[in-house]
Amino acid sequence: MTFRIRRITLTDFRSYAGLDLALDGRPVVLTGPNGAGKTNLLEALSMVSAGRGMRGAKMDELARQGAPDDPASGGWSVSAVLEDHYGEETRLGTGISAHSDKRITRIDGAPASGPTALLDYLRFVWLTPAQDRLFMEGASERRRFLDRMTMSHDPSHGRAAATYEKAMRQRTKLLENWPRVDETLLGVLETQMAEAGVAMAAARLDMARRLAAGARLIDEAVFPAAGVALDGRLEEQLQSQKAGEVEEAFEAKLRAMRPRDADAGRALVGPHRTDLLVTHKAKGQAARLCSTGEQKALLIGLVLANARSLQQEASDITAGAPLVLLLDEIAAHLDPDRRAALFDILEETGLQVFMTGTDPDLFAAWGTRAQSFTVRGGTVTEAG
Amino acid sequence: MPRTPAGPELDRLISLLAKLPGLGPRSAKRAALHLLKKRDGLMAPLAVALKEAAEKVTACSICGNWDSSDPCQICADEDRETGVICVVQEVADLWALERSGAHKGKYHVLGGVISPLDGVGADDLNIASLAQRASAGGVSEIVLALSATVDGQTTAHYLVERLEGLTVDITRLSHGVPVGGELDYLDEGTLAAAMKSRHKA
Ligand SMILES: Nc1ncnc2c1ncn2[C@@H]1O[C@H](COP(=O)(O)OP(=O)(O)OP(=O)(O)O)[C@@H](O)[C@H]1O
Ligand SMILES: [Mg+2]
Ligand SMILES: [Zn+2]
Repeated sequence: MTFRIRRITLTDFRSYAGLDLALDGRPVVLTGPNGAGKTNLLEALSMVSAGRGMRGAKMDELARQGAPDDPASGGWSVSAVLEDHYGEETRLGTGISAHSDKRITRIDGAPASGPTALLDYLRFVWLTPAQDRLFMEGASERRRFLDRMTMSHDPSHGRAAATYEKAMRQRTKLLENWPRVDETLLGVLETQMAEAGVAMAAARLDMARRLAAGARLIDEAVFPAAGVALDGRLEEQLQSQKAGEVEEAFEAKLRAMRPRDADAGRALVGPHRTDLLVTHKAKGQAARLCSTGEQKALLIGLVLANARSLQQEASDITAGAPLVLLLDEIAAHLDPDRRAALFDILEETGLQVFMTGTDPDLFAAWGTRAQSFTVRGGTVTEAG
Repeated sequence: MPRTPAGPELDRLISLLAKLPGLGPRSAKRAALHLLKKRDGLMAPLAVALKEAAEKVTACSICGNWDSSDPCQICADEDRETGVICVVQEVADLWALERSGAHKGKYHVLGGVISPLDGVGADDLNIASLAQRASAGGVSEIVLALSATVDGQTTAHYLVERLEGLTVDITRLSHGVPVGGELDYLDEGTLAAAMKSRHKA
């Protein structure tokens, strides 16, 4: 089943007063100077989904800031027309009206229960320049990256993570009065942490396996494949032990750690500290030590591996909803050979893809296989 | 924010109204103006009703339900099953369950959920009195009808621990209660189904 976004309409979204863009279904390339509105357009698309979009924006910063001679409504909206291969169209819309702060979601003109309903129609996988430093930063960014991917396959991962987080914070608060605490309650919170924590770790392990499988689909000769491992005690134990055993062991560990956790003012062990270890497989080198361009290629490889496995899970509940790739500044740091190889891989996926960059030349290898637009001062015009 | 250009009486009324859940300063002003406009038809009877409720409505000494009699009507009702106690967070949940007609026994209102982050420990809730009722004999089942939020579930687990060793069955609502769901917001059908499909905790 192929789906394509055929039309995008924006009203008062960030730098756009209004935009009505028709697409022919080929990969989309958006180029233009800094501040032209390229990322804003990708972000607008990413709002046609649950959540806060690819920049994790606050809802009140999305409405266009008007000027005295160019007043804005105070609200914003984005709509996308999705077409299946029979030519059937579905119009998806989301936004906030000027005089309320409640997000509105519409599907074919009818109000939907909430933005989550959009996930049945469309899902986005994105890559932003903010992620370029993923391998240089602390573990928390990589963990978030891993958890977001995990959630895209397994929505219950988000619930487990939220339960774990909440129980952990309650336990930390309780430990402030250590040792004069309600031990029964402490035990209950630790049981919850153990249950949710092991569920999280198991879901992450599944995700790591998916990434490994997805990476095998990429030809290492033209694009570097990423080796993926998880650095976390629970994840490690789950490879050789039953979940129930790992749960018990973790609960016992938490109990034993009470005095030290109380001293530290936080939980010193647990899946909230897991790291995602990525290596350049061919070179056998940690991603952190790789060059800027190599790191970018590894990151793209992971995102593509995730997209591939999402695409393949045809029997899964979340399947069916078409995937769209939003790749901001995708060509930056890549040499011409890698770029050309990437474009081929992207085309092979058969997914609809949106790419941005400042320089049209970087996308020359697409030729007429892509539909190219120039973005300038809030207007988007087809190039060529 | 500039003060409302009104005398101290009106100002005080507005600031108190603004403390009501769901009201905020703007709606409080609107409500105050509306009351003044309907002085005889609404404001005066409301004042009387507030005064009477403040004087007469108390928490039931058995179950924690609000009523003007103690024990409350539900605890005093001899037609209700005494063997089954349904534990809820707030009186609003009790009302929701009564509306659904799914529970024919008695209730126990905790008055909240355990949350150390909000400074609410087990001793701040009506948990000791629940343990007392449960061990006093004549009680065969305790149904934990707590919300499906993380704190609701923490509290449920805690109660299971505290009531362990007693010869009562402890059951929980499961089916149909959405994740993160507050009981009060569920429709009657969902609540009745959840009550019917309760299972051992
Ligand atoms: N709420 C808003 N109202 C009006 N303008 C906004 C709003 N939010 C962001 N902008 C502006 O939108 C402009 C375009 O931003 P965008 O990130 O899309 O640029 P870009 O084309 O991706 O540039 P670059 O090549 O530098 O990444 C910025 O100049 C920014 O100031
Ligand atoms: Mg940009
Ligand atoms: Zn009572």
